[in-house]
Amino acid sequence: MKASKLLAQCLVRPAHLQTLTNGDVTAVITAARAEKLLATLAMRSENIAVPERLKHIFQDAIIDCNNVQRLAMWEVDRMYFALNSLNIPVVLLKGSAFVAANLAAATGRQVGDLDILVPRVQLEAVEAKLILAGWEWVKDDPYDQQYYRQWMHELPPMIHNERDGMIDVHHTILPLTARPTPDAHSLIDQAITLDSGLFILQPADMICHAAAHLAADGDMAGGMRNLWDVHALLEAFAQQDGFWDSLDKRAQAHQLSDPVARTLRLANRLYGTPIDKRFAGTFSLLDRLLMRRIMARDAWGREAYIFTRFAVYIRSHWLRMPPLMLAKHLWIKWRKGDG
Amino acid sequence: MLHSCQIGVGPAIFRIGSDWGAPIRQLRQLYGHYPAVDDAVPDFTVRLYAERWWRRFVRPSVQLSGDYMLPDASPLPLAQGLLAAEMAMNLQMAMGWRRHLLLHASAAERDGRVLVMTGLSGSGKSTLSAILAENGWRFLADEFALLDLDQGHIHPFPRLISLKNSSIAAMDKVIDNKARFGPILKDTPKGDIRHLVPPQSAIDAMRESAPPILLLYPSFGKEKQIREVAPTENFVRLTQASTNYVALGEAGFDALTRFVQNVPALAIDYSNANEAMAMIDELWLEASR
Repeated sequence: MKASKLLAQCLVRPAHLQTLTNGDVTAVITAARAEKLLATLAMRSENIAVPERLKHIFQDAIIDCNNVQRLAMWEVDRMYFALNSLNIPVVLLKGSAFVAANLAAATGRQVGDLDILVPRVQLEAVEAKLILAGWEWVKDDPYDQQYYRQWMHELPPMIHNERDGMIDVHHTILPLTARPTPDAHSLIDQAITLDSGLFILQPADMICHAAAHLAADGDMAGGMRNLWDVHALLEAFAQQDGFWDSLDKRAQAHQLSDPVARTLRLANRLYGTPIDKRFAGTFSLLDRLLMRRIMARDAWGREAYIFTRFAVYIRSHWLRMPPLMLAKHLWIKWRKGDG
Repeated sequence: MLHSCQIGVGPAIFRIGSDWGAPIRQLRQLYGHYPAVDDAVPDFTVRLYAERWWRRFVRPSVQLSGDYMLPDASPLPLAQGLLAAEMAMNLQMAMGWRRHLLLHASAAERDGRVLVMTGLSGSGKSTLSAILAENGWRFLADEFALLDLDQGHIHPFPRLISLKNSSIAAMDKVIDNKARFGPILKDTPKGDIRHLVPPQSAIDAMRESAPPILLLYPSFGKEKQIREVAPTENFVRLTQASTNYVALGEAGFDALTRFVQNVPALAIDYSNANEAMAMIDELWLEASR
């Protein structure tokens, strides 16, 4: 908890690093690495004086981040090359979107899988083009394949046979089994074109997507990084006229008002993110539980609070699908021996 | 964690935490003559822990983890805790180090210049470096040689030398100071292993790099033979011998290209250590001219 808290403080105000003992700096570095936030901390600390050893550690993280982002943009390029002839809007999501659009949230951002959003009616065409260009199924188990196609918001994950890059092709931003039903049509309709011809979500939708992930779907693993995304996005978006009204409207349109409000509260509590207090509501008991789970890193980079984490994990599945379906899903997974 | 220590090897500092006291005590003893780095901010954190709490006591087995980890690492018995710590430290270097190009190689220095030996495990590169260390050479590394990205120097990484199987008895005959040996670890995944503290002179000079002038690919258990390794073959084999070549991108490519262009490479087959030593002496003399 202390390590997570120190990390949050240093991310917001890197000069805080200069006031810490070496032991606390070590805790911050270890927690930052475990939360995939070390390069972000490193890049935000570039203008403050830090000891030689720390400078080296930061430099290594920046080298890695730059390489990872370059590779991620190459994956984007190859994906676009494969799909270009379809003449459909392709919306980049999450890390790839931040980097491609050069948003502040790209600073030090580790980009893993490539996530894209396309119109649902185009899924089969997209799938065929990707397979033609060398992507392959990761899970060719019939149950998994069928489950994804029937209930998920994305195709089963595919991996490129030469480059090992993973791609998730979404047609909406929440599983079909979840209670809210976001308006996938308007996500794509209102998306913003980049110079390359690719799209990113419009600002309010970007926050809705992050919130859908964090509060309605995820088990809060990686919560510090996801909330940092939200923080960095909101710091920029809050400057735009009418942003909060727009966020309010879009959250309603996607049936995500509660998750968005919760995400704003959590980001504000963790990083002091600028939020609209009327819309965000008040910090609740459940928020406190989630906060405890998000800030579970100790000085050795381990996750503490096993019971809190388990409770939040159960909650995440509860939110993801109705109880009877959950039972059936876990039963089948268990029988196959990979539950 | 309950027990912990910090260890500095060459340019890197590790923090090791453990659920048990024994591995930390052994590390403290074997690394006792290395410079103290207790208060420094470490580059990497390593954790030795029990997967289930009762595994601390009942048939205790050590799971290893840290900043960088392999998803399928299998645990070791507590008696091999020292090996677990060494493996975990190596893993951090292999996956996380970015300040040098890492070559899976041993290295030794003489007259301000460096001999690098690379090859698969079992080739004898580690044993040969241990023997050189007792014969007037400065020991630089038995596992990872660090190639400087700007100057092309080899930077020392003189961690404990890990002797395996038959080389354990061989080195026992050569070295009188038995305090330099760690416990014999029987039946590890790599056979029998015993750790050896490098000569003090190597530890004292562990921050001093030097330029490489000869690269050898030793191969143990064959008729004596020497052949040149073509630059193309050399380059490809070295990319495979490096754990961070890809991660370093262009900087790694530049450093490796320079190394291959400037340092002659030879493959040497040998049937025993004395034969190899004679070959190395001869080739070194030629390379030094």
